[in-house]
Amino acid sequence: MTYARDVGALARKDLLLELRARDTLPAMLLFVVSTFVVFHFSLPAHPSRLAASGLLWVAILFTALLGLGRAFVPEREQRVLDGLVLAPCDRSAIWLGKSIATLAFLVAAEVVALPVYALFFRPLSGAAVLGVALADVGICAVGTFLGAMAVTTRARELILPLLFLPLAIPIVIGGVGSGAADSPGRYLGFLVLYDLLFAVVCWASFEYVVAE
Amino acid sequence: MGRTRRIPLPALAATSLVLVTTAIAFVFFVAPNDADQGFSQRIFYFHVSLAFTAYACFAGGAWNAFRHLWKRDPRADLRSYVCVHQGLIFGTLVLLTGSIWAKISWGRWWIWSEDELVLFLVLYLFYCAYFMLRFSVDPGPQRANLSAVYALFGVVLIPVSFAAIRLAKTLLHPVVFTPHGPNFGGWILVTYCLAQVAMLVLAYTLYRLELGAKRLDGRLRRLREVLV
Repeated sequence: MTYARDVGALARKDLLLELRARDTLPAMLLFVVSTFVVFHFSLPAHPSRLAASGLLWVAILFTALLGLGRAFVPEREQRVLDGLVLAPCDRSAIWLGKSIATLAFLVAAEVVALPVYALFFRPLSGAAVLGVALADVGICAVGTFLGAMAVTTRARELILPLLFLPLAIPIVIGGVGSGAADSPGRYLGFLVLYDLLFAVVCWASFEYVVAE
Repeated sequence: MGRTRRIPLPALAATSLVLVTTAIAFVFFVAPNDADQGFSQRIFYFHVSLAFTAYACFAGGAWNAFRHLWKRDPRADLRSYVCVHQGLIFGTLVLLTGSIWAKISWGRWWIWSEDELVLFLVLYLFYCAYFMLRFSVDPGPQRANLSAVYALFGVVLIPVSFAAIRLAKTLLHPVVFTPHGPNFGGWILVTYCLAQVAMLVLAYTLYRLELGAKRLDGRLRRLREVLV
């Protein structure tokens, strides 16, 4: 199917770019580990389960913001977005391709960050890891969409967190719940619902973000 | 919509003045004291009607955003912006009245166990970001599109946040009090309805006023461009 091929090509472009330039992923990794160290010194010696779970989510959210802020920078600097908009493909493919690429970066950062978290603070349950995985989808879907919006504004990097954080509050609630609640099923279900809902909204309205 | 006669603004302003004054009089002199919370419960007439009005404004903003994206209605962008602006003004009042009520009832200015208030805070932050977005894009079709898309996100965010906050409450906070069915009837209902209508008319008046001013502003700017 051509749509899938377009999305694949766009995602591959971003991954290749990262593989050659290596400027986003190392920064995300270093950031998330440094955040954990900062948290260790800003929290009581043995944080409660909820407090520890909360700091994991703060770290994930800000690490994701770091990656999302960079996501559309190559497009802007090289004026690639103009070319992509002119390309004979569905415009939502631009969003989907970029989301997949940012998701790959975020997951790669978490593959290191979650074991480090378990080492520094407390081990993670299976439901918590699943919660992180589900939240990643929502974070990347919404964040990429808003990143594309932010890159067209004058404020650029400044505005992305402002746009993103109010929309990320439900993700944090679902994520913290899936890690800390006794019956995480409802929270995981909520995260799935969030992912589906916002993915559809982003997919359907991306056209208006890039089109003049 | 375009050619229908509209209520003139002075008449609208006079109506809202009469309605708001009557509502205030009803709240303070007609409605009975609440058996449980006494006099302070009266702030609820304003708090709830303001909250509903703010939701109505946000819904109006989203509806006009939808019209902009769907029908390409050239006036919808400005309408959507003015709606959201009014919603934010009323939202500020909701947060203030809610906070005052929390202080009187629980002795603290902010309580996280009050779902409606927390939801409003999330929405408030969201719509503040709407303004940041709008003012960092140059006027034109791009700004109209971005604003419209973001305003539509709000409609999705409201139910999602509401569900999420309900979920969080069971986890993070003990339920301080359960909303027992209030004894809605008689003067309480009349006063509430009056306050609600008054706030809606007031919001509509302010909306028309701001819209008129913004349009005049735009025409003036265009005129100036022509002259220069």
